[in-house]
Amino acid sequence: MTARPGRATPSRPRRRGGRIPVALLVPAAIGLLYLVLPLVGLLVRTPWSTLPQRLAEPGVLTALRLSLQTATLATVLCLAFGVPLAWLLARIEFPGRRVVRALVTVPLVLPPVVGGVALLLVFGRRGLLGGWLDSTFGITLPFTTTGVVLAEAFVAMPFLIIAVEGALRGADTRYEEAAATLGAGRWTTFTHVTLPLVAPGIAAGAVLCWARALGEFGATITFAGNFPGRTQTMPLAVYLALETDLESAIVLSLILLTVSVAILASLRDRWITSP
Amino acid sequence: MGARRFRSALAALAALVVLGLSGCGDSADTASPQPGGSGSGVTGTVTVFAAASLTESFTTIGKDFEAANPGVKVTFSFGGSSALATQINQGAPADVFASAAPANMKTVTDAGNGDGSPSTFVKNQLVIAVPKGNPDGVTGLTDLTRPDAKVALCAEQVPCGAAAKKALTAAGVKLTPVTLEQDVKGALSKVKLGEVDAALVYRTDARTSTADVDGIEFPESAGAINDYPITVLKSAPNKAGAAAFVAYVLSDTGRSVLTRAGFQAP
Repeated sequence: MTARPGRATPSRPRRRGGRIPVALLVPAAIGLLYLVLPLVGLLVRTPWSTLPQRLAEPGVLTALRLSLQTATLATVLCLAFGVPLAWLLARIEFPGRRVVRALVTVPLVLPPVVGGVALLLVFGRRGLLGGWLDSTFGITLPFTTTGVVLAEAFVAMPFLIIAVEGALRGADTRYEEAAATLGAGRWTTFTHVTLPLVAPGIAAGAVLCWARALGEFGATITFAGNFPGRTQTMPLAVYLALETDLESAIVLSLILLTVSVAILASLRDRWITSP
Repeated sequence: MGARRFRSALAALAALVVLGLSGCGDSADTASPQPGGSGSGVTGTVTVFAAASLTESFTTIGKDFEAANPGVKVTFSFGGSSALATQINQGAPADVFASAAPANMKTVTDAGNGDGSPSTFVKNQLVIAVPKGNPDGVTGLTDLTRPDAKVALCAEQVPCGAAAKKALTAAGVKLTPVTLEQDVKGALSKVKLGEVDAALVYRTDARTSTADVDGIEFPESAGAINDYPITVLKSAPNKAGAAAFVAYVLSDTGRSVLTRAGFQAP
């Protein structure tokens, strides 16, 4: 195990202190099994022989397309509003910052159905803002694709904010200070120094946010309802399929799983590991 | 030193987790019989899987049944009949299944999970649920086709949706709902929240919310009456309790609770 001089070996995993303690290895293995086994169960029970026909069913592709579109739009919304919010939380000292940070992360722990109810009470036809939107502009949000995007954004935004805030806190502020001393304004510093610096963090947050939006169920069904082609996303389709046909529910779940894993696996390593 | 302490702490934690898990398993497996015994000879917990539309009346019946059989505890799982049927066929530990439609009962009996043949205990009919005071003046199904009317239906896959489809077909009414809810309670709550102008729900559900909604009867619902079958389950952990509960639902006492809620006798 002697490293040859002149050749660094950064790619080799460090294993300090010899053997991995069993007390860590066993629970880690159990944890991994617990997370992976249900996915294996899904694969084992998948009706592979009838898979092509089931995939070709018109409802499946409609729901998948809607899911991908709404999750992407929700992520765009989250980026537009979440990144500035994360910057505020990470860089500016203001009274009540802790409270704001707690409020921002509430949707993480809130049951999504509760989020849906809350959205209805604000943006619904009789809601605080929804009533005004309806009477002034004739805009109603529940039961529309826009409603789906809003529900997904509500649930997924904290994932982005947490990731971006973490990246901002981890980033070296000396570059920003240097830019400031060279005469750059706050906006220029933000766009030319801060953003590129934390781009990997933003990308990681966006992927997480997108994946969470893709899996959103509770807030969507509560706020946006369930109508094929308009508000019926994949998770809703899975739930409804379960009412009649376990096999189609499995197939739909498998598609959703494949899409999520593919995206997470392809981007995670590239964005998350290197700051 | 520190590492070793950390290691033993972890081991203790792992042991605790395992103990905790096995503890959970124990309490879930055994339907703990209550001490004290009872006159009817029925003891333990009776787990009833029942259609969402039975929530209020079965809760009442459950309390009455517990009062009549000291030492018995009834626990309910209310939900869409189809979802419940799936859960039962996937091995959920239930004693009794009460479905809002024969089709979902058939799912269970076809899989060999029924014990004996199910009996129909009530029937239910659809009404149009509208906000209290009927602000839009809805009198029948055709009013729901107005271009500005927002209507919630149940999805066809669940009994109230199947009945709604039947009634609409019988009436020759084409209707584009804004949402297809997963169960009758979902459709009703969208009316209560004021998000839709009307929903097709069971008469019994409209009657549970008379403070917020009115139920408008319509003639075509006669062509879409739902039979509610009930059965003891084959793998029931408490068969005696299950049989006693089913008998109680079918008895005059049980029936009177159900008819008061708006169900019709079979």
